[in-house]
Amino acid sequence: MNEAVRGNSLWADARQSLRRNRAAMTAMAIMAVVCALVLLAPLLSAYEFDSTDWDQISEPPSLVTGHWFGTDDVGRDLFVRTLYGGRISLLVGLAATLVSLVIGIAWGATAGYIGGRTDQVMMRTVDVVYAMPFMFFVILLMVFFGRNILLIFVAVGAVNWLDMARIVRGQTLSLKKKEFIEAARAGGVSNFNIVRRHIVPNLLGVVIVYVTLTIPQVILVESFLSFLGLGVQEPMTSWGALVNDGAQAMESAPWALIFPALFLALTLFCFNFLGDGLRDALDPRDRRASG
Amino acid sequence: MTFFARRCESKTATVIVLAALLVLTGNACSNKNSPAPRDYGEIGGPSGTELAIVQVLQKDNGAEPQTLDPHRATGVPEGNILRDLYEPLVMEEPDGTLIPGAASGWTSSDEGLRYEFALRPDGRWSNGDPVTAHDFVFSMRRALDPATLSGYASILYPIKNAEEINHGEQPVENLGVRALDDYTLEILLRGPTPYFIGLLNHSMAYAVHPPSVLEHGDRFARAGNLVGNGAYVLKDWVVQSHIELTRNVRFRDNGDTTIDTVFYHALENSDAVFKRYRADEIDLTQGIPSKQFKWIRTNMADEYVQSAYLGSYYYGLNVTRPPFKGQPGLRRALSMAIDREIITEKLSGAGELPAYGWIPPVQGYEPQRPEWAEWTREERHAEAKRQYAEAGYSDRKPLVVEILYNTSQDHKRIAIAISSMWKQVLGIQTRLLNQEWKVFLQTRATRFTTEAFRAGWIGDYNDAYTFAELLYSNNEQNDPGWVNADYDRLLTAASMERDLEKRARLMEQAERILLDETPLIPIYFYVSKHLVKPWVGGFVPNIMDHVYTKDLYILKH
Amino acid sequence: MDGGAARLDAHAHTAQNRTMLSFAFRRFLSAIPTLLILIALAFALIRVAPGGPFDTEKQIPPEIEARLNEAYHLDEPLYQQFGRYLTGLAQGDFGPSFQYKDFTVTELIAAGFPVSLKLGGLAMLLALLVGISVGTLAALRQNSRTDHVAMAAAMTGISIPNFVLAPLLVLLFAVTLRWLPAGGLGDGSLINLVLPVISLALPQIAYIARLTRGSMIEVLRSDFIRTARAQGLPGREIILGHALKPAMLPIVSYLGPATAGIITGSVVIEQIFGVPGLGRYFVQGALNRDYTLVMGVVVFYGVLIIMFNFLVDLAYRWLDPRVKL
Repeated sequence: MNEAVRGNSLWADARQSLRRNRAAMTAMAIMAVVCALVLLAPLLSAYEFDSTDWDQISEPPSLVTGHWFGTDDVGRDLFVRTLYGGRISLLVGLAATLVSLVIGIAWGATAGYIGGRTDQVMMRTVDVVYAMPFMFFVILLMVFFGRNILLIFVAVGAVNWLDMARIVRGQTLSLKKKEFIEAARAGGVSNFNIVRRHIVPNLLGVVIVYVTLTIPQVILVESFLSFLGLGVQEPMTSWGALVNDGAQAMESAPWALIFPALFLALTLFCFNFLGDGLRDALDPRDRRASG
Repeated sequence: MTFFARRCESKTATVIVLAALLVLTGNACSNKNSPAPRDYGEIGGPSGTELAIVQVLQKDNGAEPQTLDPHRATGVPEGNILRDLYEPLVMEEPDGTLIPGAASGWTSSDEGLRYEFALRPDGRWSNGDPVTAHDFVFSMRRALDPATLSGYASILYPIKNAEEINHGEQPVENLGVRALDDYTLEILLRGPTPYFIGLLNHSMAYAVHPPSVLEHGDRFARAGNLVGNGAYVLKDWVVQSHIELTRNVRFRDNGDTTIDTVFYHALENSDAVFKRYRADEIDLTQGIPSKQFKWIRTNMADEYVQSAYLGSYYYGLNVTRPPFKGQPGLRRALSMAIDREIITEKLSGAGELPAYGWIPPVQGYEPQRPEWAEWTREERHAEAKRQYAEAGYSDRKPLVVEILYNTSQDHKRIAIAISSMWKQVLGIQTRLLNQEWKVFLQTRATRFTTEAFRAGWIGDYNDAYTFAELLYSNNEQNDPGWVNADYDRLLTAASMERDLEKRARLMEQAERILLDETPLIPIYFYVSKHLVKPWVGGFVPNIMDHVYTKDLYILKH
Repeated sequence: MDGGAARLDAHAHTAQNRTMLSFAFRRFLSAIPTLLILIALAFALIRVAPGGPFDTEKQIPPEIEARLNEAYHLDEPLYQQFGRYLTGLAQGDFGPSFQYKDFTVTELIAAGFPVSLKLGGLAMLLALLVGISVGTLAALRQNSRTDHVAMAAAMTGISIPNFVLAPLLVLLFAVTLRWLPAGGLGDGSLINLVLPVISLALPQIAYIARLTRGSMIEVLRSDFIRTARAQGLPGREIILGHALKPAMLPIVSYLGPATAGIITGSVVIEQIFGVPGLGRYFVQGALNRDYTLVMGVVVFYGVLIIMFNFLVDLAYRWLDPRVKL
């Protein structure tokens, strides 16, 4: 019970310090707007994401026609496509990050905390997987087995958990030398509980920084695959695919690049600022100082 | 460190983003307002014909060439470079007209079954050796020798015994190619082949330098080893970057060559090529990024050159499986529902010819069109709907079909357009499936799963037969899997026919059967597209899209 | 505190050397199975891929294809081919390229790697320099305007994909301003590498700046820095002499994945700038089913990454002697 009360106040502190961070709050507000737009996409425009209009090919943005972001090179409305593309991009980003997060933290924290032979074996395993030039494997998979959105999750998640595990392990190694861990151990708290209650929460700072880097990273990986022509299948789209299409016509139809790129960049920016704010708010030493 | 940090303070992000926006909007504006073509200064000096002092040409060459061995090369990038390195018996004028090359002339006899070529006594290899008839005998035997592993040997099959030799059924010595003396070459054919002289311009018929091939084996086509008889020699080869050729001073016609050095750049990204062209790093491109077409038309119309190209873009329908098996009416309906004009004018807009027939305009052949090609759009759509319904489909029971295409922006756009047209006119539900090239080739060739698929065919030589033979029932390239006895019979008759007029009529008759049965849907006939800097002189577009550097020159600029 | 550590170091010097050696040796041994797994995996993956090296638009007659398969030993059972490949590899022979018929894979890698190394190395150097500086500056002035602006600037690199940034840079500096070349290696001078290196470094700058800022903030709040501050040491000395080293730990950790990131980035950058590096070989090789070339690049990078991870571990140990190897 004592534990729970302390936990609550910690998160309350965090919330308060986050509220004070204007950049992070702005980022959060923008993210909320973007998410709302993306979710409400079909309600906002008269156009469908896959219907073509031969008389409106590569038309610049116009309020008259209702193509607010213009049209693409087969006459599809870019506003709707940008929002639909956002769904895919955000989905890929969140899902793949979640995959890598869960595996990475569990693996890294365990290896780092237990140490010794277990650490050896676990980190050698990571090394083995690590030595695989993964991007190459992802390319090979996408080339050979076609574009499957599930494949993107798995591939990207599988690449990223390694980084997570390494970083978490490194932090755990230095953490476990800290006095409060020693104290808990002396107090007879079980290993599992130490990892869960002390190591993992204390890793939150670095993990959150890492996650905010990973989500945009995954979204970027997806766009990189789009650049190689290995992204999502038509007529579905993603920000990466749209931006890649737009980049190839940057002289002739800049709107096809600017709008999706703006959404993409804005989202990635916000993720990063939000992550910064969360990091400051959740920093364990901050709490110790204030507590 | 602090220094660095301070500098970064100065809002780098804003600067970059602003700069980017400036570049973008700047161009967007110039799109609307009067486009200002770049001022290159006075091209060609005061007279307009003055040559530049530095005669170096920078050419975009698409993908990295696989080899510079003319007998193993198969692709366009290889062909472009080989044309500068070797001189075949038969050459081309800049406009594509066939003219004597390594042979100063030829005669045919025995009703076109025997040819005799007189080689030029002044023909020289780049190491000084004379070019003799024996070199051509050696080379053609090599090209057909199964051990050479040539993928294009069938080009030479009209030569007597060539096919048997290539299949390993006869020794290479039996090839119908003989040196009557050092400078007289005799070629015997297995049957009359009106386009034979044209075939001799193909890289399969090039002569390689026997001593260097024997000495270096597989590595004879490397810089330093390669000995050619063309206007240029291979100086340097940096894989995935460039190939550098320099003037061959021993070339028999070296006096007429103007350009000293030519760089072939290997660049698979057409937008990167376009940027480098705009930055004056490339003088001549192999194509344009299709998405930039409108912009190019507006802003650099003077530098854009396009011309008819011997190729057909089409959609194949797999007739060996449902839904297209035994359904010519349905296949016709799908063809009629496609508005080719929208695709050529609005989507690509680059002057491709809407195709209603299969064989593009070639010499001595009357282009065929189905009757409905002359109808109005409404009439076509009405007839398409009627035949669609007749095949047993309706709004309640729509046809569900998969379109397979290989990964490419251009193919994607056309697939989207066709799927959308089929949906609008007939209510067909389509699924787009895009596969990477090699996967696509295999899927298409096995015919297990394909329904409708994108395809294109570029003629190997300037004759209708190179297209007609594709649909021959046992042709490996017959991806629709279409078998028609009448078609085969007419084509066989055409290949035996010695009268060119009659031969053409037979092939025309065959094409009419093909169009009526519609195992494939022609979409458009290709055009070749180039960006050419104003200081590049002598460039003449032609139907084969063959460019010889020796015909070009650089004007003062 | 430092003095104590130094004394301890001196005592442990010989022992440490011995551990280092045995550590290196163990690492070397463990690299062998790692490499074998890598080779087997890549070999299996590329062989199950649909389509073969000799599939082309114009189909090759079956007899010729059979001969080609024979010439390249593709007609043998897979395990035999694998054995053949390993034997060749043990002798440093990556085999002939299926696609570039005039070259061997060894020749191609020897030509492509120096280019990739130069590009990647310069980009990483630039990224470390700029990233660490920006990150440290932001950490020192946490939540100030400077912090926000510096981080926002650094973030550009990971907010806009580099296949958009690179052409924009080309458009600006090569096409419009004409200050720099738009692509290619030209005569090999460094000016040709300016735009590719910047494009390649931008995302890395962002990652490194983020990590530096995060870990620097943490270090600056730690007890020993507070003590140093309380003792009145000048700020510069605190940062450079005490804070920077421990703050580098996450960066060093990151260098492993960073090499992978540089590889990924180079595929794009090499294509856009027409630079003949390994990334482009790989993508073209995969698309062309150039089995030996793809294998060659994968194995080569596998070895590089293993070596790099080893170096990272050494650096980690050097920065934080408390970490057991």
